[in-house]
Amino acid sequence: MSLDLAIRHLVGQFDLDMHVRLGSGLTALVGPSGSGKTTVLNVVAGILRPQHASIKFDDDTLADTDAGLWVPSHRRRIGYVFQEPRLLPHLTIRQNLMYGRWFHRHRQGGLPFDEITTLLNLSQILHRYPSKLSGGEKQRVALGRALLAHPRLLLLDEPLAAVDQTHRAEILPYLDRLRRDHSIPAIYVTHTWAEVSSRADHVVELENGKVKALSEL
Amino acid sequence: MSSELEIVWLSLKVASVATLASAIPAIGVAWLLARKRFFGRAGLNVIVHLPLVVPPVVTGYFLLIVFGRRGFVGAWLDQYLGFQFSFRWTGAALAAAVSAFPLIVRAIQLGIEHVDRHFEEVASTLGARPIWVFLTVTLPLALPGIIAGLVIGFAKALGEFGATITFVSNIPGETQTLALGIFTALDRPGGEAVAMRLAAFSVAISVIAILASEMFARSLKRRDA
Repeated sequence: MSLDLAIRHLVGQFDLDMHVRLGSGLTALVGPSGSGKTTVLNVVAGILRPQHASIKFDDDTLADTDAGLWVPSHRRRIGYVFQEPRLLPHLTIRQNLMYGRWFHRHRQGGLPFDEITTLLNLSQILHRYPSKLSGGEKQRVALGRALLAHPRLLLLDEPLAAVDQTHRAEILPYLDRLRRDHSIPAIYVTHTWAEVSSRADHVVELENGKVKALSEL
Repeated sequence: MSSELEIVWLSLKVASVATLASAIPAIGVAWLLARKRFFGRAGLNVIVHLPLVVPPVVTGYFLLIVFGRRGFVGAWLDQYLGFQFSFRWTGAALAAAVSAFPLIVRAIQLGIEHVDRHFEEVASTLGARPIWVFLTVTLPLALPGIIAGLVIGFAKALGEFGATITFVSNIPGETQTLALGIFTALDRPGGEAVAMRLAAFSVAISVIAILASEMFARSLKRRDA
């Protein structure tokens, strides 16, 4: 897989200007807070429409704003795990997990529901509502929900930021297993190196909205 | 006594029909006002809120001009569909609906503005088209505001007086609702007892409506807490 990104977005003093080509595997997007990491993910996901963007996923053009093309987020098939879990509070865990799957119900294949719930250790809490879950549990549900919606790319925005240390250790192995067993490419935003240094295939360093360094590991 | 029960029944019918018929248009308008920026938004806002600020008699008078038998909409409805508002309970329901509409819209608009847009975003990334985002995320999360709007709208519809009497007059068994019934009873020598009973009915109905919505709101809170 390849993801070609060209984004230009000016808001006040902040000037995001990046061109980058990402390959398969896990790409770590690192940089200090305010460097534009989340903005990049929002643009890729289709939530934020910047002044200029050209996004190409393999042969599929997701955005070419100069030509007036902007594929809306619901047609991009890009899974997004936000910093906060954002579980839909009026739905049970099972309904949350099935939410995206339902919109892709005519699609063949995809990750099996039972396998994901087992892998993420969610089988015991399927009937509960999000308000009854711990931070670590919620973030595991958010990850499972994104995976079950037939994503061709996964965006992870500091998914462990809101999770305490003990629960981090609980989630990271799941991420490793997912990467090993299912080859869904992912972009992982973080400002803590340790989280990704041993896991990433590529690293993009962002500073003040510009790509500072690009490296293969 | 039977005529009093008739008044209560008619009032419940008028207020329920007015509230339920307002629900979907009110949700649509509230969503537009809460979420969309478009040309004519300010104008829509003013028109919706007009019945709240003009004297009810003026609302009734406008309804008469538009929906009366000689009104341009009323005449058309009568001629082509054989449907009449004037001097019918349906007209009382229309007057009640128009008067209650701004209150319903306001409460629902607040409810929708309260919905965290992050939830709508996540639904969208999971593949939900905008209409599905609205139906499966925005609407259920705005439910407390919608219920509050319908309850306050029902109460307003139940108490509507000025627009109703101007538009469809005060006809026992057809347009004489609780407020009009009380007014009529007080006008009659020795009618105080009837007026008191009708007043008690309207208080009881309002209390039941408020309690029911409270119970509903509490059951929602239990789930989300």
